[in-house]
Amino acid sequence: MSEIVPPEVRPKPAVPAKPTGISSVHGSQGSGVGGQGAGGGSSLLGYIGIDTIIEQMRKKTMKTGFDFNIMVVGTSGLGKSTLVNTLFKSQVSRRSTGWSRDEKIPRTVEIKAVSHVIEEGGVKMKLTVIDTPGFGDQINNENCWDPISKYINEQYEKFLKEEVNIARKKRIPDTRVHCCLYFISPTGHSLRQLDTEFMKNLSRMVNIIPVIAKSDTLTVEEKIEFKQRVRKELEISGIEFYPQKEFDEDMEDKSDNDKIREAMPFAVVGSDKEYQVNGKRVLGRKTPWGVVEVENPIHCEFAQLRDFLIRSHLQDLKEVTHNIHYETYRAKRLNDNGGLHPISTAPSGDTQESNL
Amino acid sequence: MSQAEKLKQGQFTNPETPGYVGFANLPNQVHRKSVKKGFEFTLMVVGESGLGKSTLINSLFLTDLYPERVIPGAAEKIERTVQIEASTVEIEERGVKLRLTVVDTPGYGDAINSQDCFSTIISYIDDQFERYLHDESGLNRRHIVDNRVHCCFYFISPLGHGLKPLDVQFMKAIHNKVNVVPVIAKADTLTLKERERLKRRILDEIDEHGIKIYHLPDAESDEDEDFKEQTRVLKTSIPFAVVGSNQQIEAKGKKVRGRLYPWGVVEVENPEHNDFLKLRTMLITHMQDLQEVTQDLHYENFRSERLKRGGRLSSHGYILPLSPAKGPEPEEVDKDIILQAKEAELRRMQEMIAKMQAQMQKQGDGDGDGQHM
Repeated sequence: MSEIVPPEVRPKPAVPAKPTGISSVHGSQGSGVGGQGAGGGSSLLGYIGIDTIIEQMRKKTMKTGFDFNIMVVGTSGLGKSTLVNTLFKSQVSRRSTGWSRDEKIPRTVEIKAVSHVIEEGGVKMKLTVIDTPGFGDQINNENCWDPISKYINEQYEKFLKEEVNIARKKRIPDTRVHCCLYFISPTGHSLRQLDTEFMKNLSRMVNIIPVIAKSDTLTVEEKIEFKQRVRKELEISGIEFYPQKEFDEDMEDKSDNDKIREAMPFAVVGSDKEYQVNGKRVLGRKTPWGVVEVENPIHCEFAQLRDFLIRSHLQDLKEVTHNIHYETYRAKRLNDNGGLHPISTAPSGDTQESNL
Repeated sequence: MSQAEKLKQGQFTNPETPGYVGFANLPNQVHRKSVKKGFEFTLMVVGESGLGKSTLINSLFLTDLYPERVIPGAAEKIERTVQIEASTVEIEERGVKLRLTVVDTPGYGDAINSQDCFSTIISYIDDQFERYLHDESGLNRRHIVDNRVHCCFYFISPLGHGLKPLDVQFMKAIHNKVNVVPVIAKADTLTLKERERLKRRILDEIDEHGIKIYHLPDAESDEDEDFKEQTRVLKTSIPFAVVGSNQQIEAKGKKVRGRLYPWGVVEVENPEHNDFLKLRTMLITHMQDLQEVTQDLHYENFRSERLKRGGRLSSHGYILPLSPAKGPEPEEVDKDIILQAKEAELRRMQEMIAKMQAQMQKQGDGDGDGQHM
């Protein structure tokens, strides 16, 4: 009998407890210096080398590389592909595979995933960009997010099946969506009904990061007003975007994340063209009245988004996806069917004895 | 004899000579009369919310048509259907009065399901035609108020790659009822190259779907070169990519209307920045033509359709009298139908009478009274 976990309770992420009370005696002479620490930390009599584990993990990660799957959602023409290319400074979006921007709008929402391996500083990353052309472009857009939630659940299902196998792969390929960038149209007024409906439905199954697209259409005052209004509307609708308040582990996290939450949604501009400004080459958009510099924090918040997404919270996105969203899905699945047969591939109507 | 010869030589041009009639003065009289009467113009603006429609209208007419505007949030927008809001303002410039009505359509394209969002708009346009038709056929035709929609600015989002399915459907539904002028809103979102690409794309799609937008009439051959050149430039700039603003910004030492960004100032009235001036020129110089096309083409279409369908007007219940200008077909068809209907009725009544007579005769025989009707 498997443990029945009620789906509403979202388990706290399993993070190894930070070591308390162990003083670093690295480099001290012989005798132990650290006193008794709270919570059972014992004093060390010399340098052991436990802290080299960080270096070992780093080497391992570099060798194996890691997967990151990012989904972009928004009506056509909001600059999604350009932004992703700008974020990862390479041609990683749908555009790279010969899609032309003159293609017709598809009649239903399609899911197109494109993978590239990019490398930086010896670290390899298999980046998959999942695009959703056709979202919100029709006249009747009711439930146009159904194909998207279906896709997300399918990835969870794939992972679950691998996990539940008797002969498991050493490293389960992770195709789960770690992050969903939702593009808000910069009307300057408020969120559209489609925006709130989509985010309400999907914020409980994937990490949603709302961004204000093509924000070079807003002046500074308009931007501030618009962000305030959007944040208020998100709050009223009860939409928990990433980083979610409920998963802040400690005070340090909370204060960092609070700062980020205050600044969200980030108003971004994307570009893959370079221009000469004041003697430097910058990524930007050239208009008759000036050059919009993408990485200039006065012009737009692209740099903030990039730092947040890639430089500080990339791993956390994966962890929250694995420990929370995936676990929720898993609990629901196991609950529904009374268990999964480890070898069978048919998930529905299976009432055999569970081997879990 | 010499005088007759002079006459033969056609010396009519000099006002002093006999033979000058003076009706060349007629256009001046018309001009003076219409200036006194003032002009009426109704402009409809359609487009999703947030495309800068109100700002553009305020910029075009240098006025604030929406002083107490409250922008609803997403939650409030859910239950709203498309509304029609008409605001009228009287503008006067150098003695010429213009009574401008701007018809706004908030709620268009905002719902998740925009399937029926333009039926309200189409009914409004038809209602104005209906009202004018009714007034025109009425007994007192002195003070007909022309509330027909003379022009519709359709706002296209600059963010897409062209026309959206909703844009295509809407324009096809109204292009036979009103002059459609497509406008690319918030054009400062686009670089010049992107703007050209978008314009070309939109024109291609308009062609592809057979949408009939308003075409500027070619300049007459007797107009001056400047005007001809201006018309040529206007024609090649459609759809106009505009930016609206009523804020005064300091740029290059002078005050201009524009939008201030950290990377520069977009000037509304700078033709290198956007097509605002062209749109304004087109609207002002072709206001008369827009009214004419509405009267001669769209209204007449509506009228003939309406009369073909049925000659009854709901409030009066009588058939419209024959108008000499229109061809005889619709009225004759009506008359035929009514004649036939009357004949059928007559026949039915005759049959009924015959039946009753027969019955009475039978009864009469039975009773033996022998009474005749």
